[in-house]
Amino acid sequence: MDIIVCIKQVPDTTEVKIDRKTNTLIREGIPNVINPFDKNAVEEALRLREKYGGKVIVISMGPPHAQEALRETIAMGADEAILLSDKAFAGADTLATSYTLAMAIKKLGSFDLVICGKQAIDGDTAQVGPELGEMLDISQVAYVCKISIEDGKAIVERVIEDGYELMEVTLPFLMTVTKEINEPRHASLRGVLKAKKKEIPIWGVKELGINEDKVGLNGSATQVIKIFSPPPREGTRMIEGTIEEMIQELVGNLKKRKVI
Amino acid sequence: MNFNLTEDQELIRKTAQEICQEEFAPKANEVDEKGEFPIENIQKLAQYDLMGIPVSEEYGGLGYDFVTWSVVGEEISIACTTTGAIFGANMLCIYPLMLFGNDDQKEKYLTPLAKGEKIGAFAITEPNAGSDVGSIRTDAVKDGDSYILNGTKVFITNAGEADIYVILAKTNKERGARGISAFIVEKGTPGFTFGKNENKMAFKALPNRELIFEDCKIPAENLLYKDGRGFRVAMQTLDVGRIGMGIGAVGLAKAALKEAIKYAKSRIQFEKPIASFQAIQFMLADMATEIEAARLLILKAAFLKDRGQKFEDIAAMGKLYASEVAMRVVNKAVQIHGGYGYSKEYPVERYFREAKLFEIVEGTSEIQRSVIANYVLK
Amino acid sequence: MESIKILDNCTGCKKCLKTCPISAIVIVDKKAQILEHCNLCAACVSSCELEAIKIKRIEGKSTIKINDYQGIWVFAEQREEKIQNVVYELLGEGRRLADKLWVNLSAVLIGNNMESNCARLIAFGADKVYLVENSLLKDYQGNVYTRIMVELINQYKPEIVLMGATSIGRAFAPRVAAKLSTGLTADCTSLDITEERQLAQTRPAFGGNIMATILCNNYRPVMATVRPKVMKKKEEDQNRKGEIIKIFPDVKEEDLKVKILKIVKELESKVNLEEAEIIVSGGRGIREPKNFALLEELAATLGGVVGASRATVDAGWISHYHQVGQTGKTVCPKLYIACGISGAIQHLVGMQTSQCIVAINKDPNAPIFQIADYGIVGDVLEAVPLLTKSLKEML
Repeated sequence: MDIIVCIKQVPDTTEVKIDRKTNTLIREGIPNVINPFDKNAVEEALRLREKYGGKVIVISMGPPHAQEALRETIAMGADEAILLSDKAFAGADTLATSYTLAMAIKKLGSFDLVICGKQAIDGDTAQVGPELGEMLDISQVAYVCKISIEDGKAIVERVIEDGYELMEVTLPFLMTVTKEINEPRHASLRGVLKAKKKEIPIWGVKELGINEDKVGLNGSATQVIKIFSPPPREGTRMIEGTIEEMIQELVGNLKKRKVI
Repeated sequence: MNFNLTEDQELIRKTAQEICQEEFAPKANEVDEKGEFPIENIQKLAQYDLMGIPVSEEYGGLGYDFVTWSVVGEEISIACTTTGAIFGANMLCIYPLMLFGNDDQKEKYLTPLAKGEKIGAFAITEPNAGSDVGSIRTDAVKDGDSYILNGTKVFITNAGEADIYVILAKTNKERGARGISAFIVEKGTPGFTFGKNENKMAFKALPNRELIFEDCKIPAENLLYKDGRGFRVAMQTLDVGRIGMGIGAVGLAKAALKEAIKYAKSRIQFEKPIASFQAIQFMLADMATEIEAARLLILKAAFLKDRGQKFEDIAAMGKLYASEVAMRVVNKAVQIHGGYGYSKEYPVERYFREAKLFEIVEGTSEIQRSVIANYVLK
Repeated sequence: MESIKILDNCTGCKKCLKTCPISAIVIVDKKAQILEHCNLCAACVSSCELEAIKIKRIEGKSTIKINDYQGIWVFAEQREEKIQNVVYELLGEGRRLADKLWVNLSAVLIGNNMESNCARLIAFGADKVYLVENSLLKDYQGNVYTRIMVELINQYKPEIVLMGATSIGRAFAPRVAAKLSTGLTADCTSLDITEERQLAQTRPAFGGNIMATILCNNYRPVMATVRPKVMKKKEEDQNRKGEIIKIFPDVKEEDLKVKILKIVKELESKVNLEEAEIIVSGGRGIREPKNFALLEELAATLGGVVGASRATVDAGWISHYHQVGQTGKTVCPKLYIACGISGAIQHLVGMQTSQCIVAINKDPNAPIFQIADYGIVGDVLEAVPLLTKSLKEML
């Protein structure tokens, strides 16, 4: 069971604060972490390996410091990690990103399963996983919350709004996972000590043997033309008085606003 | 002179901190309230390789040193004092096996302890023998290839939950301290049972129970080190135990300080956070200073131990000082919280109850002073 | 960095510095300089009042002939033969955009036994309905749906394709986009047509704390998913006329690849937070799991549903179906009542677009109050029953 996991390093939003005066993010000094859903992806890969054997390879496209995120997955127990990093990759949208990841996976050769987190918490697009599946031309299931494998077939549960779909899919395939699928382990002490010494290769355009115009900004179909802060909410009205008075006033206000 | 941790030590400390804050801290109050042995936490310690830090890799450990073990213990105690105490007590079983166990004993007992598959305990104290170790009455009588144990131990930490016990018993009643030997006893051995759990002021989730030996027959090969040399096993184990207790007290004090700072910054009185009042500031300053000093003492003891230098006196000073600092710190932390400090709604109430333990167990403050005085007057 | 340039008119005003998420801009000699680790996210570009930051792209790599593409399509998502609400909302928005562009609006309906629904799609604004039917297409089947959609797009060449950002749309749209090698923007909250006849797609990023406007100039079709309840439906007009184009594709059992064994509805997940008009949410401040009953009573009184913070879900007080926030659901009800929720950013990003927010919390400094419309400092366990009581008397 050879599994490839794709991860992204993102700013830790638990550390993000909002400047309410200017309504902008205060981003200074925010540490980078592995996208939480991608941690679920790594965890699931490790659990499947523990059950069925094989190896887990983690890949990530990002700047050089994304190596730290990959190192953490090694500490969690992944066998190998590869960083896709090149100046030419900068400015990639989901199309260019999934293309780059697809080329790296093709270079790696055969696999039984590709796992991605359902979405990244910075961009929230949930697109790279499904796009990657198409580019690899394999079956795929998005939003998986449970998986078991038998005789080259997987039975998965896919989360939908009001329940789940129980599905059967033949390996190899790609799945994106939700956080319900597992509780990611922390890295162990042995793990972090091993990861510290681990060499993480960096693949760029040259190593992947791909054309610069299909990656990064040049390979992107979409472009951001403007980034702005949403208009601030109107000020908060703090209601005062005894608890009974406050409730009465609140009900009055809600009625006036016609929300009840 | 260098006060910095090495790169690996810091990496281990940081990893331990993340694990403890994520896994233990959110449930620490619950552990206290429920009063049940936090077995899940211990399983996590094992899963993440925290149980055998100073044990060599050959026996399933991490192969690091006591400084590393100490800073990890500190992180555990900051997050959950009970788990920290279990971790510390476990070392009292691991350490004598590391130091005095033969290859077979290490293979059989040390390895599962270092891997965290099993939990350990160490037993000296008896109803009539606490600080006075020489007066223990549990006896071990050689009978062919076995020893027959009879007697009762009390207040034994981890008792009942632990799988492996290192205990002290008299093999020669005439010889006082020189008639004491150490033995390894497995849970489940016929004739070995547990008495009631002490109903304590705090640390209700930490088992402190009686060990009862009634014609308990153990194989002679479970004699740890030499016949009649148990006193030495005990003393050397307690030396390291002092580092463990000391760092536990430091962890607790740090947790209390953290709470006090948080509260002082958020509690508004006279239209200002109380942290802006000098009375509060001075308390916080004293707390921080004393904690720092206590921590340095403990880490110095561990550092000396790791270098094979004499550390026993510093370990005693560390244990004495850190446990008394912990008491002073929790006292101030409660005071800063005012009425809320007396309420179970804030964790400082628990810290206040817990701190007292450190001044009593594994050698009271008075015993530590005697030990230190002995070194000073030598 | 070759792709990004600072023009000479830069005055070193430092405005762009704050916008860079990765601190890749420095000011040297009163002029901005872009550092090596810039990832061309473009966050700085619009911050420059002097338009002194330029990002250069190698344009026109797409072999698509833009002008061959015309018209707007809406994917008419159906489940159990029922058209989803978001489809009508998309038709409303699609109609507006189509009128601006002077083009047709079409709905693509894939399923089985769906013909009776076509009239309604037209009544809500569609000029054409592409009705694709086969018994194997009853439920959403990723592989085949993708193949069919790609074939249709290649044949009819729409310039814009819109889908609902549902568990189906968000899984389906990227597959189609990847096969067509075109651009896709997720979770748009507003769409518009620029002077150059381009679709300007605006979406929240960073959990709604910043907004980004995105174009897709050189690729077709432009694809976007839109969250339910963001766009407005048109009034239903049963007199509207439209054309139905029936397509019967050849689909074999073995084409499905992924077999749906069954679709399980979970009773608990009936809490459809995304569609709810009123949500009463509980956090740690309700102190005990049993107190969710108080919130349920309030929600029932208002005809709403119960939400929850991550802390309570993680503690096992309530099932994850109720979780609002970054790793839970993103909601935008008419009324959101946050009870004992302090308002960690992960929670706020999941609910801050609600129309009216009420916060009840003991701690006056709780961040939830900063985004609330009405704030009550007090004990939830006291306030909620009182609120329920006074609403019951009134309603």
